[in-house]
Amino acid sequence: MEELILLGHGSGGGLSHELIENVFAASFANPLLLPLEDASLFPSPGERLAFTTDSYVVQPLFFPGGDIGRLAICGTVNDLSMRGAAPLYLSASFIIEEGLPVADLKRVVFSMAEAAAEAGVQIVCGDTKVVERGAADRLFITTSGIGVVRDGVDVSAQNARAGDAVILSGTIGDHGITILSQREGMQFRSGLESDAAPLNGLVAAMLAESTGVRAMRDPTRGGLATTLNEIAGSSHAGIEIEEGKIPVSEGVEWACEMLGLDPLYLANEGKLVAIVPAEDADRIVKAMRSTRYGANAVLIGRVTDEHPGRVILRTRFGIKRIIDVLASDQFPRIC
Amino acid sequence: MCLAVPALITKIEGTAAEADLGGITLEVNLTFTPEVKVGDYVIMHAGYALSVMDRREAEETFELLAQLAESNESH
Amino acid sequence: MRVTESFRSPELVEKLKERIAAISRTPIRIMEFCGTHTHAVCRYGIREMVPRTVEMLSGPGCPVCVTDVRSLDYAMALSMVPGAIIATFGDLLKIPGSRGTLQHARARGARVEMVYSPLDALKLARRNPGNSIIFLGIGFETTAPTVAASIVQAEKEEIKNFYVYSMHKITPPAMRAILDAGEVALGGILCPGHVSTVTGWKAWQFLSDVYHIPSAVAGFEPVDVLLAVAELVEQHERGTARVVNAYPRSVTAEGNRAARETMARVFDVGPAPWRGLGTIPDSGLSINEEYAAFDAEKRFPVDPGETIEPKGCHCGEVIRGVMTPGACPLFRKSCTPMNPIGPCMVSSEGTCAAYYLYG
Repeated sequence: MEELILLGHGSGGGLSHELIENVFAASFANPLLLPLEDASLFPSPGERLAFTTDSYVVQPLFFPGGDIGRLAICGTVNDLSMRGAAPLYLSASFIIEEGLPVADLKRVVFSMAEAAAEAGVQIVCGDTKVVERGAADRLFITTSGIGVVRDGVDVSAQNARAGDAVILSGTIGDHGITILSQREGMQFRSGLESDAAPLNGLVAAMLAESTGVRAMRDPTRGGLATTLNEIAGSSHAGIEIEEGKIPVSEGVEWACEMLGLDPLYLANEGKLVAIVPAEDADRIVKAMRSTRYGANAVLIGRVTDEHPGRVILRTRFGIKRIIDVLASDQFPRIC
Repeated sequence: MCLAVPALITKIEGTAAEADLGGITLEVNLTFTPEVKVGDYVIMHAGYALSVMDRREAEETFELLAQLAESNESH
Repeated sequence: MRVTESFRSPELVEKLKERIAAISRTPIRIMEFCGTHTHAVCRYGIREMVPRTVEMLSGPGCPVCVTDVRSLDYAMALSMVPGAIIATFGDLLKIPGSRGTLQHARARGARVEMVYSPLDALKLARRNPGNSIIFLGIGFETTAPTVAASIVQAEKEEIKNFYVYSMHKITPPAMRAILDAGEVALGGILCPGHVSTVTGWKAWQFLSDVYHIPSAVAGFEPVDVLLAVAELVEQHERGTARVVNAYPRSVTAEGNRAARETMARVFDVGPAPWRGLGTIPDSGLSINEEYAAFDAEKRFPVDPGETIEPKGCHCGEVIRGVMTPGACPLFRKSCTPMNPIGPCMVSSEGTCAAYYLYG
């Protein structure tokens, strides 16, 4: 096999087939994919299907705790899970910049296979394109996913109601700070890792405890603050959270102090926020804490009928602050 | 302005130092604080140490605050 | 990190709140001169913690907010120099000049890299010998020494492709300008804590000697700020006008002489334009003759283009403390973080952004 990705690998000819055989099919091997037909067929898995898509353009491709491949699988698995769907089948499309080392591609694809196996999903179709040097930033991945929603499960950002409890599955800011620490121009070694993880197991445990879960979202870009605002807006409800209850790891907290960032706005790739009926909250938190990715689950606040559409934070000092969405990304500052 | 954090110096090589900030490892330049020793806390801004934290002063400030607390109570 | 945690202790915060409430009788206006104080005051809700007699005002302490439009335009023009890589603190990336921000420049093809330290910019220079690395120097006495040191380092290593565009300023002249203008009657001044690690707290003695106004050097944790406020309120009630160091764990009387010497070695002090305050003599730092080889202005005399002030913007008055963000007709209407008109809303340490974010 070649060492570097060439334009020819995207041409559909012999080089393409070699790439598919040696890289993709080798790692994604499953009976639905392997005939390598134009489309994969499977019997309908249920009454209500969930369908989602996302693209991944993260730089650097590899970072502590994960890589673009793991993100691509977990991100789509999680989007399905956030609607209470059990994820089943994924597609994976790759746009590769000419010159990318094949070894890097193999590493990404292997990581995707691992994440898919952990999540119990299959990658059943895909595509590869190669573009000229400079036309893409090394590698872009798009994954779409299909899942099935059981009867009686109705999870939507519009469902939050006054009195509901707000639960967060664990520490915030880990992914955002990890990626930042890998940039050229930011000189710190964090010892932190991205939290990228498939959350369908966690969600299954929560739904097993209570089918009354109202809403779930994973706070990716824009962080917890943005996600809570989305839910508050969609539900026309107010949300109030306690600063002291929000778990932030020490390293993330100090990186934020140093760079002038607010962990509430940092990306997370393995966390969820859930709105649940108040009477189920303790049970659900307990169930979450017995899972791998929910060990630090905690009740952080309540939904209220005051200030509909607004998110309010009660600080450690008892002062209330409005938590708004940011216009765009936070940048580190010096002043 | 100015964001600066208290970092614990863990290693020194000339003016280059490594410091710990809650588990994060940073590079800190000691050009302005040549007297720093391993184990000191420095106030770090933009990659440079600007002062060595005086822990005795920190303790004294607490004492002062404790006194304030007492005088509050006597109001 | 136990020390810092203690300065955030809710119990101590309560005690200080009670103390201030117990001693404050006459109204006092306290002005801070540090963007990080603006941010801290809003983040911790200090205004809600102090009695109605204490009014906290923000002054020209945000180095980004006080940078004039023409300087920003010059930086934008530098970004279009062929082969240039602009190295900048994140603070500047979204600040609008007359024709967009550095982010717009990047979208138009300029190379703009965000850095945490001027040392990162030096690294960029070493790694990209075919490019000119131009570092945008903003900040007051806390940051200027670090930039000066990096220039000295560049000279030592014979790095030939590292330049600094200095927009650095120093704090005391701005304080004097505010006090001389007399637009707001101030009863106390919160002195910038980290600037003071460099200048020493004696640098604020002129506030007592010339202006008879009490001042307190303050740190940035909630206990630090409240302690300084308590000191000022106490002096105000007593009628004294001393400089008090309420941040003794980091600030000494003499400050950091090595830092000041490095600044003096590289920079000349001269007049500088301050948004909202006009040109203030002896307030700006420019690279001196000896280090001219590192001066971006000398090496790249670009045309900043026509200066267009943001229409209807009242940042100048906000910076001078004569208008609170709420009083600006654009605040929350046409000027929001989503669509900022002036730097006070763009910069996270700008007064308007702090008021908007922290309610």
